[in-house]
Amino acid sequence: MPPAKSSAVQDFATQVEALRPQLMRYARSQLRNDAWAEDAVSETLLAALEKPQSFAGQSQLKTWLVGVLKHKLIDQLRRQSREATVLTQDDGEDLDEALFDDTGHWREPVIDWGDPELRLTQQQFLAALEACCTQLPPVQGRVFMMREWLELETAEICKALDITPTNLWVLLHRARLRLRECLQLSWLSRPTAA
Amino acid sequence: MTLPLRRTCREVTRLVLASDDRPLGLADRIALRLHWLACNNCSRFRAQAKTMRQAIDRWRTYREE
Repeated sequence: MPPAKSSAVQDFATQVEALRPQLMRYARSQLRNDAWAEDAVSETLLAALEKPQSFAGQSQLKTWLVGVLKHKLIDQLRRQSREATVLTQDDGEDLDEALFDDTGHWREPVIDWGDPELRLTQQQFLAALEACCTQLPPVQGRVFMMREWLELETAEICKALDITPTNLWVLLHRARLRLRECLQLSWLSRPTAA
Repeated sequence: MTLPLRRTCREVTRLVLASDDRPLGLADRIALRLHWLACNNCSRFRAQAKTMRQAIDRWRTYREE
């Protein structure tokens, strides 16, 4: 029988394991591939368990784990760069054609959003944004999250994924236009009592 | 004849979104100002983009809480 582990170490393992579902959510949203996400989260948990440290509570532990995870996510994207940049039909679709006519003018009047937070609680407002990000097509979603969540410079994204700046600009442009369409629907429709 | 500072709504939209990812040149910045003075749609789009920008900056912190 191995000697009983100190309760501090067991506590640490339990706390780390408890954060797994949340780490998986972040990993999936960034990688858009369950197998890659499993790998990145497993590597993160392993790194934590190999070096048990003391943290002042669950939230500090989480901050540390998310920091490690972000590095593992970039590693994973670099490793899978070829597959991660294969455009789906949705990724290739350009909203510009739907929004502008042949002379470059808006087809429909642009709506004044006003302040969406006057209609929605802060929670609803940001939850809608989160939902719209996850609805982006996979490649658009990956580059958008690299830029806006991982906060990488565009040159770093190009290098990690081995794509040209022009490719990246196009993908980010499409992602931001799509996000706007999605947000317009969520932010401007009044929340239901559901 | 097209003036060098004239941009279509489509081009203005592209520049507004691109400014989140890279600095715009002086000619583009001037062209945007001129366009906004004359175009309500693009002025409203500019406000939408600003609302999005601010929301994304807050969302980054919110999602990790």
